[in-house]
Amino acid sequence: MWAFTLRRLLYAVPVLLGVSMLVFALIHLAPGDVVDILVPPEVPKEIADGLRRRFRLDEPIYLQYLAWLSRLMVGDFGISFFTGRPVAEELFGALGNTLIIALPAALLGFSLGIVLGALAAYSRDSWLDKVFSATAIIGVSLPHYWVGIVLVAIFSVVLNMLPAQGMGFEGVPTSWTEIEHLILPVITLSLIPMGVTSRLVRANMLEILSQEFVGTLHAKGLAKRRVLYHTLKNAAPSALALMGLQFGYLLGGSILVETVFNWPGSGGLMNLAIFRRDVPVLSATILVLAAIFVVINILVDVLQALIDPRMRR
Amino acid sequence: MNEGGPGGVEARDAVSAPILAVENLTKHFPVKGGLFRRSNAVVQAVDDVSFLVRKGETLGIVGESGCGKSTTARLLMHLIASDRGHIRFAGRLVGAAHGLSRRNLHRQMQMVFQDSYASLNPRLPVAMSIAFGPFVHGLAKSQAQQRAMQLLQAVGLDPLLFANRYPHELSGGQRQRINIARALALEPRIVILDEAVSALDKSVEAQVLNLLADLKAEFDLTYIFISHDLNVVRYISDRVMVMYLGKVVEIGPVNQIYRNPQHPYTQALLTAMPSMDPRRRTLRAPLSGDPPNPISPPSGCRFRTRCPFAEKVCEAVPPQLLAGAQAAAVACHMRFPGSGHSRAANTVSH
Amino acid sequence: MAEAATLSVDASLVLKRAQQGKSYWRRVWERLLDDKLTLAVTAMLMLLLIMVLFAPWFTVHDPYTGSVLRRLKPVGTLGHWLGTDEVGRDLWSRMVYGGRMSLLAGVVPVFLALLIGGFLGILAGYAGGLLNSAIMRLTDVLYAFPSILLAIAITGILGSGLKNTILALTISFIPPIIRISESVAAQTRHLDFVEAARASGARPLTIMRYHILNNVLGPILVYATSLISICIILAAGLSFLGLGVTPPSAEWGLMLNNLRQALWVSPLVAALPGVMIFITSMCFNLMSDGLRQAMDVRL
Repeated sequence: MWAFTLRRLLYAVPVLLGVSMLVFALIHLAPGDVVDILVPPEVPKEIADGLRRRFRLDEPIYLQYLAWLSRLMVGDFGISFFTGRPVAEELFGALGNTLIIALPAALLGFSLGIVLGALAAYSRDSWLDKVFSATAIIGVSLPHYWVGIVLVAIFSVVLNMLPAQGMGFEGVPTSWTEIEHLILPVITLSLIPMGVTSRLVRANMLEILSQEFVGTLHAKGLAKRRVLYHTLKNAAPSALALMGLQFGYLLGGSILVETVFNWPGSGGLMNLAIFRRDVPVLSATILVLAAIFVVINILVDVLQALIDPRMRR
Repeated sequence: MNEGGPGGVEARDAVSAPILAVENLTKHFPVKGGLFRRSNAVVQAVDDVSFLVRKGETLGIVGESGCGKSTTARLLMHLIASDRGHIRFAGRLVGAAHGLSRRNLHRQMQMVFQDSYASLNPRLPVAMSIAFGPFVHGLAKSQAQQRAMQLLQAVGLDPLLFANRYPHELSGGQRQRINIARALALEPRIVILDEAVSALDKSVEAQVLNLLADLKAEFDLTYIFISHDLNVVRYISDRVMVMYLGKVVEIGPVNQIYRNPQHPYTQALLTAMPSMDPRRRTLRAPLSGDPPNPISPPSGCRFRTRCPFAEKVCEAVPPQLLAGAQAAAVACHMRFPGSGHSRAANTVSH
Repeated sequence: MAEAATLSVDASLVLKRAQQGKSYWRRVWERLLDDKLTLAVTAMLMLLLIMVLFAPWFTVHDPYTGSVLRRLKPVGTLGHWLGTDEVGRDLWSRMVYGGRMSLLAGVVPVFLALLIGGFLGILAGYAGGLLNSAIMRLTDVLYAFPSILLAIAITGILGSGLKNTILALTISFIPPIIRISESVAAQTRHLDFVEAARASGARPLTIMRYHILNNVLGPILVYATSLISICIILAAGLSFLGLGVTPPSAEWGLMLNNLRQALWVSPLVAALPGVMIFITSMCFNLMSDGLRQAMDVRL
């Protein structure tokens, strides 16, 4: 088991390096460079070149990459082109804001998803199952950012019950009015995890229920509830894997929902950075989000291997 | 003198020269494990196997599961690379610069597999499966199809009924005929049959065996027939080779081996065959225990852990495959005086 | 042999006269024809495609000219049955013309990813060893990004526009396709008929073409159609963020973004472009499901 974990961790290192190289390559493929953005085009060439030397842009590319990488390792994510403040501050604050909607969304999506999926599996082929299947397909085909817009249209514009945009508070919500800001974004974010989880749970449970050992369990005289418990235990690993991945997608893909609701999370930060051509902020955010995703993947793999010994390749 | 070597029994017989000479074939598979998936153990699937195949004969290969028969077949076909050893086809060394290339070997030697269904691409009509080989070796598509039709006829299937069918629409026996046709499409000299009839019903098996006999005569073929079914091997083979845990333990003319087996393992195998004769009942299980692990085979003679005659010398010295009585060879210390085995003095069979 | 004389007749003639077997694909096709839902959905997609390609035939107004006077007319207005957008352009025309961009950005990346990813995956699955490791490790690096993040990274840094959008989405979808085709190819590689093909002396590329490809095609096709539905949503999402198609082009996601301010004035109109995204995506999803069920043929 420990050999597996260690192997998995070691393996993540080249992947992370590859990710950093990819982001760095993208930055360098971008049209124009730092200096073009900082100074107006009328500035004489010598001054621009001097600036370039100062920023070490004339050095060979692998040296620039190594310098960039070493700065990253100590937590120096650079300075924002736009605000002049260190990127790290803004980034981690924004990440926190994203977590405030991502965590509840994940919980909501997974729990509802598991319940719905299990229900559907249990009552297979009944009308309930058919309704479920229809809902699942619809859920997966809906653009979630559009659902956000529709929810705003209904609950903010027409009914005027909930705020349409913005976070409305700093840090953690304390009052109901502050929580009101959370409701619509969380619901919108939870849709995709709910849809995907319910589909998987239903499929897994169906497959396991049809396997022979369940018949054996029934024959042993186990009560239905105990059989259910055994079934869940078998379905757990792949469900866990999926949920981990979904959470990663939530973190990395929250940009669309955050744009709809003007939520100042990591997605919103990326949005601003794109708009302002603020490359340091954008690249740092992408890098951090990807790194978090890699870490989540490792955790999921290890957890899976813990539960299901067959997974320890 | 080693039966498999150049100065052996076979070389004197110039009329049926060896069409295939296998020398010291060895294949060990690494077993992965540990932190870095390094191989810290090997499965000795085939170990220092040597034998000859004479032109026009049928050589049967028998042994329990895991003895290395199928691996040997795949090594002969060069589907997997051997660790050591050579193969000579009609005197030419396979793989060497001036010898026979792998590609050309495939034109001389073909194989029929056990699973008739898995041997055919489910997405292709069977005629295309048959025509694939010739097509790949340069024949034009129409000519390749022509040959496929002829072969369908040769194996007893009407082309008008079967050419465009798909494997799932045919029975096991029909599929195996297709596989045989496919093997013959490249006009090989040798056909290896790896448990080719084992999965068929008995009646179908008989038909296919008869077909194989007819084809052998018609196309002047040489067969290597691998099976665990001792009755079938006796029926179809001229000579038989017995393998145990990756090694050859006995080889010789089929009737001689069956009537007068020299190796304790062969004796046990033959005793284990249920007999139709009520006077020859098996009273005691001839072999005890499970076959040992091919990853760490016993030292010396690999059979010694199950052999009722095992002695100290069997543990220390691996027996060589040596020519014994009448064109047969056996690898057992008991049969050769001077080996150190207490029974080695009398070589009289029982 | 004696029979050779009768068979000197052209073999292809015999093949034509020979009794036809039912190939796997034919059985899939027959099952599909029985599946009413999938047929209906496919018909709808065909209709959409025709409307989008022959847009001038189906629309009255020019999608690019607007009039400030006619801003944000609600649904059901005379002459603009779906209303107008924030600069007075007819919404129906914008939606039909917008379909061109949206469908293009939704289908082309998947198609390209199929070609590139499919080839790489089959290569990796068949070759094994070092080549397999190299390709799969590269895939893992790309897999480290949630798909939308990768697309945003590429378009955000390199710039917006249709070309970059297609590039970004193609790269995002190559890893999952490689994974699937590699997995199937690796499994198929060990089947006896592939060994038999190797035993007949065929070269690796030939074997991949004749024996591996037609077995990989099934699972990949199902996956690809479900990918298209995701791609449409993502492409529209990118335009929604301002990273995809640029104004004044019509595109469903872009329209959604532009109409956001109109949410307070005319909520129905503002939500309308999303309906198209939803319907198209759902059709592809249903088609994918139907395809999967039809392919589940027990041979």
